[in-house]
Amino acid sequence: MIYKILHNLIKPSFILSVYPKLIGAGSVLGLSLLIYGLYLAFWNSPADYQQGETVRIMYIHVPASWWALSTYAVMTVLSFIGILRRIDLCHYLTKALAPTGLCFTFISLTTGSIWGKPTWGTWWEWDARLTSMLILLFIYIGYISFINAFDQKLKGLRMGALLILVGAFNLPIIKWSVNWWNTLHQPAGIIQFNRSSSVHPSMLKPLIIMALAFVCYGFVLTLINFKYELQKLKANSLGDKLTAG
Amino acid sequence: MSKKNRRLVYLLILLLMSGTGITFILYGLKNHIVYFVTPSDPITPKTFVRLGGMVKKGSLVRSTDGAHFSFIVTDGKADLKVSYTGLVPDLFREEQGVVAEGKLNNTVFQATRILAKHDENYMPREVTKALEEKGYKVPQVSSSSTIASTQTK
Repeated sequence: MIYKILHNLIKPSFILSVYPKLIGAGSVLGLSLLIYGLYLAFWNSPADYQQGETVRIMYIHVPASWWALSTYAVMTVLSFIGILRRIDLCHYLTKALAPTGLCFTFISLTTGSIWGKPTWGTWWEWDARLTSMLILLFIYIGYISFINAFDQKLKGLRMGALLILVGAFNLPIIKWSVNWWNTLHQPAGIIQFNRSSSVHPSMLKPLIIMALAFVCYGFVLTLINFKYELQKLKANSLGDKLTAG
Repeated sequence: MSKKNRRLVYLLILLLMSGTGITFILYGLKNHIVYFVTPSDPITPKTFVRLGGMVKKGSLVRSTDGAHFSFIVTDGKADLKVSYTGLVPDLFREEQGVVAEGKLNNTVFQATRILAKHDENYMPREVTKALEEKGYKVPQVSSSSTIASTQTK
């Protein structure tokens, strides 16, 4: 049953008709959420009692960090299924997701650095959270270069999937580094298990809106990439059929 | 064993081996991964180290020219006196997290760099006023009014 749905998802007629509509709708939604989110972040939310106006960088830094990690988590699951069940589609989707994750990680690191200078007093320190996020950036860059280094595309993608799986251990390190070791970066405040969020509701709202805007952006970017991969596949197989003669 | 099950076994072995390897590496490097030591930890004198903790309430003394700071870093169990000359970040104040880089000279920690550490609480300014009216103490940011605040003890 799942195969039937997946098969329909990648039929050329579906791609040509539905994907552009999804991309269009996602872009409109994402742009509106982004405008609303930025308005809330810079005009309609309060300054922090400690940090003052500098806290507003949080509305870009935190959602970007969330999605940098989530994208990698999705890529890990896809890679696992793709290797286990030999579903090559998973590997193509992983490849489509990679640039999105790379963008978010880069945004997270740069906005974090800009935020760190006025609050902590430094652009960069080698503490566990920052270093492991930098490693995530290197893994993303490494993955993209790695899969393009092979002559046979599919072999490169399958090897890349193994790379993603091994690199997946970085994710718990990033998440819990602030709890396991003494770090400069503060512990998690927004999502808590046994107490309410340490972020005031008036500041939580722009955060959620920006997070939704970013997920739309990631969705659109991934879909564009994935559409390109699928169309290239069809073109290649068509070319093979024509030249096989 | 079916092909799928064999692939599953290979995958699990790969993950298990990488996981174990990474855990061992991190455990072995534990002392280097911690970004700072606390006043309770043993500190080798005259060696560069990062000291982290909280600035003890009532311990901050700032010179009249504003450049020299003397305060106590505490982690709730042990205290350590810190001396520093130079600039501090805006968020540096009493009852706030701090990371001091420097060396331990006898009983005083000579800091060469001060970083402020802030907690995960985000609150609008209006809310802090409301909390203080109810009697909760909220640490205030000490802005530029500290130049002349030389405390006598």
